[in-house]
Amino acid sequence: MSQATGKSILEVKDLRTYFYTRDGVVRSVDGVSFSVSEGETLAIVGESGCGKSVTSLSLLRLIPSPPGKIVSGSVLYHGKDLLKLSEDEMRDIRGDKISMIFQEPMTSLNPVLTIGRQIGEVLELHRHCTKEQAHERILELLKLVNISEPERRINEYPHQLSGGMRQRIMIAMALACDPEILIADEPTTALDVTIQAQILNLIRELRDRTRAAIILITHDLGVVAEMAQRVVVMYAGRKVEEASVFDLFAKPMHPYTLGLLNSMPRLDDSSSKRLVEIPGMVPSMKTEIVGCAFAPRCSEASDRCLLESPVLKDYGNQHSVACWNPVGVSRDSA
Amino acid sequence: MLSYIVRRLGATVVVMAVVAFVVFSLLYLTPGDPAAVIAGDVATTEDIARIRQSLGLDQPFLVRFGNWVWALLHGDMGTSIFNSLPVSKLIGQRVEPTLSLTICTLIVAILTSVPLGAIAAARAESKLDHAIMGFSVLGFSIPVFVLAYLLILLFSLQLHWLPVQGYRPISEGIWPWFKHLILPSLALGTVYAALIARITRASILDVLSQDYIRTAQAKGLKESDIMIHHALKNAAVPIITIIGIGIGLLISGAVVTETVFAIPGIGRLTVDAILRRDYPIIQGVILIFSATYVMINLMIDLSYVFFDPRIRY
Amino acid sequence: MINNSTMSRVDWSAQISKVRLFLTVQLPALYKRYPFAVIGAATLLLMIFIAIFAPFLATVDPQAVAPLNRLKPPSWEYWFGTDALGRDVYSRVMYGTRVSLTVGISVAVLSTVIGLAIGLITGFVRWVDAIVMRIMDGLMSIPSILLAIALMALTKASIENVIIAITIAEVPRVVRLVRSLVLGLREQPYVEAAAASGTPLIKTLLRHILPNIAAPLLVQATYICASAMITEAILSFIGAGTPPNIPSWGNIMAESRSLFQIAGYLILFPSIFLSATVLAVNYLGDGLRDALDPRLSRRM
Repeated sequence: MSQATGKSILEVKDLRTYFYTRDGVVRSVDGVSFSVSEGETLAIVGESGCGKSVTSLSLLRLIPSPPGKIVSGSVLYHGKDLLKLSEDEMRDIRGDKISMIFQEPMTSLNPVLTIGRQIGEVLELHRHCTKEQAHERILELLKLVNISEPERRINEYPHQLSGGMRQRIMIAMALACDPEILIADEPTTALDVTIQAQILNLIRELRDRTRAAIILITHDLGVVAEMAQRVVVMYAGRKVEEASVFDLFAKPMHPYTLGLLNSMPRLDDSSSKRLVEIPGMVPSMKTEIVGCAFAPRCSEASDRCLLESPVLKDYGNQHSVACWNPVGVSRDSA
Repeated sequence: MLSYIVRRLGATVVVMAVVAFVVFSLLYLTPGDPAAVIAGDVATTEDIARIRQSLGLDQPFLVRFGNWVWALLHGDMGTSIFNSLPVSKLIGQRVEPTLSLTICTLIVAILTSVPLGAIAAARAESKLDHAIMGFSVLGFSIPVFVLAYLLILLFSLQLHWLPVQGYRPISEGIWPWFKHLILPSLALGTVYAALIARITRASILDVLSQDYIRTAQAKGLKESDIMIHHALKNAAVPIITIIGIGIGLLISGAVVTETVFAIPGIGRLTVDAILRRDYPIIQGVILIFSATYVMINLMIDLSYVFFDPRIRY
Repeated sequence: MINNSTMSRVDWSAQISKVRLFLTVQLPALYKRYPFAVIGAATLLLMIFIAIFAPFLATVDPQAVAPLNRLKPPSWEYWFGTDALGRDVYSRVMYGTRVSLTVGISVAVLSTVIGLAIGLITGFVRWVDAIVMRIMDGLMSIPSILLAIALMALTKASIENVIIAITIAEVPRVVRLVRSLVLGLREQPYVEAAAASGTPLIKTLLRHILPNIAAPLLVQATYICASAMITEAILSFIGAGTPPNIPSWGNIMAESRSLFQIAGYLILFPSIFLSATVLAVNYLGDGLRDALDPRLSRRM
């Protein structure tokens, strides 16, 4: 299943994106690092508000600039720092080398333009196609994403299509120029469960066919299990664990990850036990967090956790955790 | 689509009927004897009786209304109490100046306010934005005639660039015609432009915060392309709506502007009619202006379908 | 220990510290956040002060005619100059404040109350809605100045009639606003829930509907006040407003229509006051709108 060649094409180093609001500074992304290899599917997992969406928007520099600002860090794409590029250069990359699909297919398409126009736009911009060439390619793309009657659809408007179809159009637009990396921000969250499965299958198929790397943002561990090869777990703007998908599910090391896994209702669990929840709430991002952000809710927390922010430590097999008392490791040997 | 047009036309007819009824019955709803009020303080009983007869006040209400509507449909808007000329003729003579003023104002106002509003939205919260919005609040806080006098003071009396007052018909040449319309258009159009700029900004800002704009950015489009191809069409509906509704402001303002600049249009006619309490003229003017307003808004309603394909009647 | 005498005495020190808190902390904070609105409110307060204390602020009787002193430019004796009848323009402008404020505030209050009543009924009673909205549509098709002109042409000139005329012209807009708000609110889940649990209509109105429409109505009322002041000035300017014996900013300017080339100050001073007041009210309205509900700024 894995197409990954191991060659890293995107390296994110210590990314920090803050939002400067009237009520204070919100540190949405507070020092996140990870890398993506050619053809690899990386999932970024976490609860709402943990900063995973902001991370993905930061990669393409789509953060709205009056309140938000990418404060520091680097995003190296084939060695070039995207954060240092000019806006013109960045625009060349968006939609062409790195493209993105969003969570809400209902509102992510322009209601007053036809489907053909919206897909054609990307082609005209990056490939400088003529109208006829674009038309051919659009039909190809629509067939690729399993849209029925593509000839008809080209002239239709988004409101004439269902949610699942609109998401397929988004995917078609994103893949139009054969990008190297596709960022998918919760692509199935807003869809019905049956459509979810269809879309995920489609993404998998296309990934296998085009060998694009995928950065998949989600809060659904089920989706992670199905799609990802490696996983990054985020909490309160920081990365707390990173592992291959097998290791993450088999041997989670961060108490938060363990909590997430335990709280998933499982089909194979026949006992009518109460669903496990992680006590407490996600901390407010407006105040600076001292020590480990998860400590107040953590069953393994020690005094050190409340004072010192944990450092990422590699435990072999590309499994790293930022925790003073990781699960399965004897205390204070971390 | 056709049924929608028919329904809208039907609604328009109803609205015009209401306008006609209101205009007609105002005469009778106000306290006191309308004939006496119109005749004024120094009228004699003969004057009052004459006015009463000329307005047909001695007949039953519905009969009067019926006659009046019938005459109206034949183009007869009654006769002036003051000089016994047909109202329709008096209005007809004054159409050209008012029409010239209104069209000039419309073009100038729309061509400046929409781009300014768009720029303000594109640079929201910046100094430029605050400046543009600041001017627009000023624009509709200063009454038309005050602005008119200010403009005359500056451009005519001080700088001598433009004439103080008056109107030159097109038949006397395009440039004289235009020269006399510059200041009036500026004065009249400022309120209108201020309103449109505000709504344009609000509408575009609303559109810019939508998800599909983010999608367009993620595709790598330039900011100007996003504004022109994605944002404007979506923002259009509220903007053209306010352009239509604002015509009411233009019409009201024309009355004052024509007075200050001594333009012999329908507005001036109205002001003269007020002083003499020449009610048939006022009635006629209201009917004409209201009908124009209603027609323009009807056309704007029907044009929505070009901007938003979701609107299918 | 609480006894009757302690409770009935006003705690002055607490009141004074409340006022001091307001002046030193809350007001500067408000100003920082909504500078224009605070300036607007201050200007409006100044105008209200002038209106109330006009008799003390005026230097001369505003009606006093002095033909020997006609058309004198501003001087130490006549701060704003004199008009065609020798009357002191400054004193007339001071008294004119009363007219504008009275008309503005009265129209705002009246049209809001009447519009609210009609709008609520149309929002809840279907057949009334059909008839009333047709009438409102008709009224709104008549440009408001013309409607006011028509009304004024049929009645005796007086401030009361001006107020009534402008109110009639402004009511349809309030009705439309209230109606659309009410119709929108009726669809809200919590209103449907209230109806489903048998809440009497009055209670629904008071508890759910009115609080939610109060903010947009208040903002709309300030805009109506500004608009009414301008309308009164225009009406007086063309001779269809305040009777000439009562000084109002509009008719001070009206009397000088033919004289503005030689006596510009006759137009200048009333228009400064008028523009400043209208501007102040508009800024106040904008500030209220932003403070009460930032989402309103998209609709208004």
